[in-house]
Amino acid sequence: MVLTGEGPLLVDGPVELTLDDGTVVTSDRFKVAVCTCRRSRTYPWCDTSHRRRSRP
Amino acid sequence: MTSAPATTVPDALSAPLPDGRGELSAGLRAALLAPPGAPVPDPAAAAGADPLGDDLQLSLYLAYELHYRGFTGVDPAWEWDPGLLRLRAALERRFLDALREGTAGHPDLDAVLEGILVEPVSGTGVSYHLSDEGTLEQMREYAAHRSLYHLKEADPHVWVIPRLRGRAKAAFVAVEYDEFGGGRAERVHAELFAALMRDLRLDDSYGRYADAASAEMLCTVNLMSLFGLHRALRGALVGHFAAVETTSSPGSRRLARAMRRLEAGPAAEHFYAEHITADAVHEQVVRREVIGGLLDDEPSLARDMAFGVAATGWVEDRFGVQLMSAWQAGRSSLRVPLDRAPAGG
Repeated sequence: MVLTGEGPLLVDGPVELTLDDGTVVTSDRFKVAVCTCRRSRTYPWCDTSHRRRSRP
Repeated sequence: MTSAPATTVPDALSAPLPDGRGELSAGLRAALLAPPGAPVPDPAAAAGADPLGDDLQLSLYLAYELHYRGFTGVDPAWEWDPGLLRLRAALERRFLDALREGTAGHPDLDAVLEGILVEPVSGTGVSYHLSDEGTLEQMREYAAHRSLYHLKEADPHVWVIPRLRGRAKAAFVAVEYDEFGGGRAERVHAELFAALMRDLRLDDSYGRYADAASAEMLCTVNLMSLFGLHRALRGALVGHFAAVETTSSPGSRRLARAMRRLEAGPAAEHFYAEHITADAVHEQVVRREVIGGLLDDEPSLARDMAFGVAATGWVEDRFGVQLMSAWQAGRSSLRVPLDRAPAGG
């Protein structure tokens, strides 16, 4: 597993995760990016919401 | 030169041959309907054509598409016809010069990658427009345009594989495997896009909307073929791949939202929803392993990788401007509006 500095935890798939409410979710991708910033709108999977945002 | 046809079996997967858009492309189109070896337009004529215009970009598209699924009624042996390849080389030089000029002064690799990792707080552009206020008809136009690539999604990138080794190769192939459905036909991204097209009541046959696509759209597809087919441009191809995988996730979230808002259908929404999480992973793998691995093997390619990232942004921005200016003027962004297209639609 790799804990990226800027964002998700990278785990080799397939992955089965139990969420804190007991729900079990799975992903059979070759590698899975698990959200650690809690901002993902596809939680527990990373959706790049950790990225820095700037005013144009 | 004459050569025996490579096969007498009709190409079941081939695309309809697009109409010409000027002297070069009409001349090349006519040649393709003749046996290989027939005269093609003089490569010197490429000098007079707009490198980013319809005529030159369609000519390049015709030449490149022979390497993918070919055209109905066109002998597959044209793919390696020396006369056609000479013409293609002249067209490519014009295109590549225009790309270098358009991205002149681009930052170095670290800076261009940093640039595409920052999300604007209030962005503008096609995906924002479609997410918030675009019409279903505009979404259908967008999908018809993009079908020129998404129906062969990840194909142009395959050509770089023999030019990589070790870490970069393993990681690149892993991402491509995901793009090709991880061994499951129904998950191949090109198949997911075909299902999206059916939800949008579009014809999902390969190459069906080539006549309708703008020169700006052709540029985005030709860019990938150009980078993919030349080993000398392998760094640029990897840069292109990194740019697409990095910018796709947030853009896909907006397009999935657009599909939901427009009630386009489950397959239409799924294509983009799948890309939100898939590309969040791919971005990490491409930046760490593919770019990292290739930099370890060939540090001198950093410049080309940066060029690939910059050129991708440049052609995508031009395509976005073309779409938005057509829509803001109340026009169709397609050369052949969908309601006037001969079939499907």
